[in-house]
Amino acid sequence: MRTEYDVIIVGGGPAGLAAACSAKETGAEHVLVIERDKEAGGILNQCIHNGFGLHYFKEELTGPEYAARFVKKAKSLGVSVMLDTMVLSVERGGVSASDGAGASGEERPWHVVTACNTAYGLVRLTGKAVVLAMGCRERPRGAVAIPGDRPAGIFTAGTAQRYMNIEGFMVGRRVVILGSGDIGLIMARRMTLEGAKVLACVELMPYCNGLNRNIVQCLNDYGIPLYLSHTVTNVEGLQRVERVTVSQVGSDRKPIQGTEIIFDCDTLLLSVGLIPENELTKQAGIPLDPATRGAVVHENMETKEPGVFSCGNVVHVHDLVDFVTAESQRAGKAAAEYAAGGSCGAGGRELSLKKGDHITYTVPQSIRLKNVEKNVEVSFRVNEILKDMEIQVLDNDKIICRYPREYMAPGEMEHVAVPRVLLEKASGDTLCVSVAPRKTDQVPACPERNENKEVLP
Amino acid sequence: MYDVLIIGCGIVGAAAAYQLSRYQLSVCVCERYNDVANGCTKANTAILHAGFDCPVGSLEARLNLRGIELAKEICEKLDVERISMPTFIIAYDNPRELQYIEELYRRGVSNGVQGLRIVDRDEALCLEPALNPNIKAALYAPGSGIVNPWEYCIAMAETAVINGAQVKLESEVTAIEKKDGYFVVTTTSGVYEARYVVNAGGGWSAQVYELVGGHGLHQTNFAGQYFVLDKSQGEKLHSIIFPCPDEHGFKGICVTPTVHGNLLVGPDCYEAADGDHVGTDPSTLENLKAEGHRSMPGIDFREVIHEYAGVRPNTQIPDFVIGEAPECPHFINLAGIKSPGLSSAPAIAEELETILRGCGLEMKRKEQFVDSRKRIRFRSLDEEAKREAIRKNSLYGRIICRCETVTEGEIVEAIHRPIVPRSVDAIKRRCNAGMGRCQGGFCGPRVHEILARELGVSQQEILMDEQGSFLLTSVIKEQQEEETANENRV
Repeated sequence: MRTEYDVIIVGGGPAGLAAACSAKETGAEHVLVIERDKEAGGILNQCIHNGFGLHYFKEELTGPEYAARFVKKAKSLGVSVMLDTMVLSVERGGVSASDGAGASGEERPWHVVTACNTAYGLVRLTGKAVVLAMGCRERPRGAVAIPGDRPAGIFTAGTAQRYMNIEGFMVGRRVVILGSGDIGLIMARRMTLEGAKVLACVELMPYCNGLNRNIVQCLNDYGIPLYLSHTVTNVEGLQRVERVTVSQVGSDRKPIQGTEIIFDCDTLLLSVGLIPENELTKQAGIPLDPATRGAVVHENMETKEPGVFSCGNVVHVHDLVDFVTAESQRAGKAAAEYAAGGSCGAGGRELSLKKGDHITYTVPQSIRLKNVEKNVEVSFRVNEILKDMEIQVLDNDKIICRYPREYMAPGEMEHVAVPRVLLEKASGDTLCVSVAPRKTDQVPACPERNENKEVLP
Repeated sequence: MYDVLIIGCGIVGAAAAYQLSRYQLSVCVCERYNDVANGCTKANTAILHAGFDCPVGSLEARLNLRGIELAKEICEKLDVERISMPTFIIAYDNPRELQYIEELYRRGVSNGVQGLRIVDRDEALCLEPALNPNIKAALYAPGSGIVNPWEYCIAMAETAVINGAQVKLESEVTAIEKKDGYFVVTTTSGVYEARYVVNAGGGWSAQVYELVGGHGLHQTNFAGQYFVLDKSQGEKLHSIIFPCPDEHGFKGICVTPTVHGNLLVGPDCYEAADGDHVGTDPSTLENLKAEGHRSMPGIDFREVIHEYAGVRPNTQIPDFVIGEAPECPHFINLAGIKSPGLSSAPAIAEELETILRGCGLEMKRKEQFVDSRKRIRFRSLDEEAKREAIRKNSLYGRIICRCETVTEGEIVEAIHRPIVPRSVDAIKRRCNAGMGRCQGGFCGPRVHEILARELGVSQQEILMDEQGSFLLTSVIKEQQEEETANENRV
């Protein structure tokens, strides 16, 4: 068994597979994907609904179809995939042999990935570059402190999805869904189609957290009521869920007495958010951004640890797999270049990105101009529903570029491409991304990369 | 005919069975649930108390001190997770609290607790930097510890079974009839006869006592709620912290690490009607946060992974109620075992032995007594030991619970132990699978599948926890069609 690789990728979901393919295409010879499940594809394997690939493949695929395309591509490119294998740690190893030295001649450490499986036992693998693509996990009941009894019948939406779509079992007959994340909405439809009665989808915030198309196609089409500004205030049932109490919340998000609605049901599904799965990242001592709960990354998805890259939902939670793919391709390419001894981007001018009004985070958090070809892609989310606004990139108080938006929502990730020529003009080492009411001043709007977003003429 | 029938297989019943299984006796334990350690033993603070706050001269004081000594030995022999850890009772700068820790100190010394000291703020913070820096002084008790309460109970129950005792699950006692020289005990799984009956009914010990006409025990269960926080918080603390009791004498919200590395904050205290089914409520939990911060300001409550509630099986009698029932000879109460019950359990079992001897039960030691137990905890092995474990059984190479690094090998091994776990939570209590940050979101269905496979039953039969806690309601339509098609073909 080979133990030395150019690029080792932790996680064989959409992020890991896209990174692997790009690493190969960029010229890395030995690329390994380590996947803990028995097949590659990650969470896509249980997402049997369609709607995947509209941006990337320009056609509508199911999750398993989308995954299969990348599995096939990885195979044809000669990517090694180690299945049913768990990575236990990623550490910095010794200094690499001469062939691993960078172009500038500096010595670079190898990265040691310790993994285990039933076939080889505990193995130590070394990679010139490592890509962390572990995805995310669902927030459980405990994290949102749902009051009441603790019977069976409370599932996270993803767990219920696995039971239904992978194992072929129904988890309930009368269902209340807490949270309006996309998986919850998808499961509302899925369970309805399987003959369950979905009584309500309950969302604490005054807006839906999922994609608009899912509200229409998964709730409205089936007459499932969406209760905004409501939450679950009690769960009753000794062995299995019997009743769930839902109450309206005020602007402080605290329940309002007297607004209780009681649902007789046997199941409560939770779709209350996803958290990047960064235990390995933390263990490796790589700095995380408290806003994303993912690694702090540069423009090419490199973390603060040279040679360790990160991409996909483990960096920040995406709504569309197409964007995971695009981001991971950047990471895979950069990892291959690093492994080949190319510039690691250190030295040279670095701009850090600050969050301005309405912005909850940005990815990347910093931009090294040396690594930017034409544009740098910046992703972020807004903190509330916003209409007729524009995204601004500010150099102190000066707007260096702006992107108009008719509508923005926390449930839909925003992307802007900032041209290198504009970045170079920055006066200091910090830029700010902010959202403000739309202005009609002389600064021209930037050309859009996303064809689905409205572009000002 | 059994020599001794024990009612209840929580920590007290298990310790009793373990103690008696050394002797040439036939012992049976009847447990109402489908697993042991499923009542008060399941949900408590998991502390081995130092013994300073029990009333001087009480049974509690004596058995607590003896119990924590025995716990060291038993946990070592039976491979139960236990960590020695000091307790701090913190006092703010007010006369009531400062007097209280003085009083507690004197009480502890009278109880025979070793190593107690009053420490000033600076020394306290030096010993435990996570304490609130605004305290004035603290009582420092080095003799306490934390334990895995389920494992402690399961280990003793399993060892009893290996040594010949029987544990009957799903056997709720519904009637006890006293005959001439023996009892007829009716349970939901059958009728058994025994010369001696031991009441280790936990939250139901008063009700069990009533079955033999016992009076004068009034069970008042006091519930309390808890937060469990991620290991990121557990690693900040290396001691058990209690505040001083409030004006009403309530002990106060404890902050303690767990043997698994998490942080526990709780419990509060209020009367609950039911003996084990208690829920959580938002206002109580909010209060826990404030109280937790008062002891340890560094707790980040965004890292909460779980909440639960537990019950203290109090009676109106302030002490443990241990002894042969006056109205029913050969019926022995181990009742009202509230805190420090977990700490005292093995000492209560020794007490039971003495009582049984006093009632005339002859006890001869077995020639062979198995008094050891070994578990593989993959996570805590060093690299070489991990390799070795996988070499011997490749299932140790497959991680099922990624949060807690629990392998399929550990789960399969747990399923084939003397007391068979039949639910997803029973595996959680034995192997920690599902105890981590994602609370079984990832490993739950996988554990479920392994259980069904190893037990040779369909997945639909596997429960989350106790009887009735079903997880799956049916198969999906596609499967139904397949099944129908298969039947038609046949």
